[in-house]
Amino acid sequence: MRVDWTTFWPRIIEATGETILMVIFTLIFSSIIGIAMGVLFFVTRKGNILENKYIFLVLNLLVNIVRPIPFIILLVALSPITRAIMGTTIGTAAAIFPMTIAACFAVARIVESNLVSIDPGIIEAAQAMGASPVRIIFGVLIPEALGPLILGLTFVTVGLVDFSAMAGTVGGGGLGDLAMTYGYQRFDTSVMIVTVVILILLVQIAQFSGNFLSRFFLRR
Amino acid sequence: MIKFEEVNKVFGLEGKKVQALKDVSLTISKGEIFGVVGFSGAGKSTLLRLVNLLERPTSGKVVVNDQEISSLSQVELRKLRRKIGMIFQSFNLFNSRTVYGNIAYPLKLAKLPKDQIDHRVKELLQFVGLQDKSEQYPEQLSGGQKQRVGIARALATSPDILICDEATSALDPETTGEILQLLRKVNEEYNITILLITHEMHVIRSICHRVAVMENGTVIEEGSVYDIFSNPQSKTTKNFISSVLNDKLSSKLLEKLRNNHFGNLYRVIFTGGASSQPILSRVTRKHGIDFNIIYGSINELQDQLFGNLIVEFQGPEPLIQQVINELKQIVEVREVISHES
Repeated sequence: MRVDWTTFWPRIIEATGETILMVIFTLIFSSIIGIAMGVLFFVTRKGNILENKYIFLVLNLLVNIVRPIPFIILLVALSPITRAIMGTTIGTAAAIFPMTIAACFAVARIVESNLVSIDPGIIEAAQAMGASPVRIIFGVLIPEALGPLILGLTFVTVGLVDFSAMAGTVGGGGLGDLAMTYGYQRFDTSVMIVTVVILILLVQIAQFSGNFLSRFFLRR
Repeated sequence: MIKFEEVNKVFGLEGKKVQALKDVSLTISKGEIFGVVGFSGAGKSTLLRLVNLLERPTSGKVVVNDQEISSLSQVELRKLRRKIGMIFQSFNLFNSRTVYGNIAYPLKLAKLPKDQIDHRVKELLQFVGLQDKSEQYPEQLSGGQKQRVGIARALATSPDILICDEATSALDPETTGEILQLLRKVNEEYNITILLITHEMHVIRSICHRVAVMENGTVIEEGSVYDIFSNPQSKTTKNFISSVLNDKLSSKLLEKLRNNHFGNLYRVIFTGGASSQPILSRVTRKHGIDFNIIYGSINELQDQLFGNLIVEFQGPEPLIQQVINELKQIVEVREVISHES
């Protein structure tokens, strides 16, 4: 049975809104947690400004445990915790929790690798000026890495669109859910095409804004 | 004033211990420009970083402005660091900040009010001659301009001491000259003590008052630039000096000279006031001997002249010996046997 497009368009718009909501909220939460973790990762490294073997080891272990788990499995595995925290495992809001968990570890790694590429001489110069570790983190490390960091977050955002589609299949709503239930299970190719086109547009917009912002901060 | 007392520094690299500094004792007086010269790996970079504790000594004392610094707390150390400016070979400017932002950063750390920061930054831009570059980013500047920003940033908090880590090594010769003149101006106008390290002897010659030569983690020679240049003791020092004074003949040239000049060749070294008197002509005339200057140079070192000549004497051998004995009482005379002497 084909969908009736006159009544189906509002459904598409609603689903697009849900996807955007999931992606944006996950991006915000995972950026905050991920940047904090990435910075902690970097500064506790051997020879760095807040060298700490134990924090580094624990973080490293945590990242290496969570990162290899495929998202669709993490989604299911986390459902008891999701229910405990969000009160439910169904719906857009509930999807944001496992998405944030998965994304923040990716953000942490990206932040760490961006910070590693800062010339150590710049950090040394800040130390020589009498900057405290906190001042170095917020006044030097983050501003110096901001350009590539935004590109990294853009990369994560595109990945989040992918995550949101998977979350959709277990009741998260959004375009992924729509594509699965109407396009795949009901063999309605037109729904499939429309959702795919919208997803492509969303990814394009995210990539374009990311490039623009990073160029702005790289000042090139 | 900076004082190193019996300082040792050992780095532990994966079980292997490397002694970067061995029993180094040096005193740098207030207001002087002190240079440390050495090849890479000599330990000079480690020595420099002891002054603001970017490296901690394994043993020994480092005294800065009458304060033994290794016992300072983190907060006190940060305060001390604001009184020690530092500039680097690769400039180490903040790429995310404008020229203005770079110079303002240490002032923000010192929690100065905005209008005072603005006033000070403009003053410094004027001092280093970059008033028109205030809103540019480091990547838009040339190497010399970047180092000027580095110097302005290091001077922002009005330090007593400026330490320079190979500050001109990444610059071309002309720009090096300009930056050295600027450092001299820093020393003269603000009476800031400058400790610099370099592997280029001409840097020492152009601006330093005193110099220490380092090799394998120890200071092998130390003294005023004039003394070290006019009377070097160790082989390393001599090599460093011939890199700028051209006082040594190549073996090829010496061989060529020997074919045209049959008499013995002597190196005559004039120091201090000796170069202002007609010593050579007076002594040779007295004994009826001719002389022939075949190689050499007269250089200016710290406003004094320093001459290093290779001379052939022509006449009867006993008279030549008399001339040499008489010259030896006033200047240094050595027979040139090989191209090394």
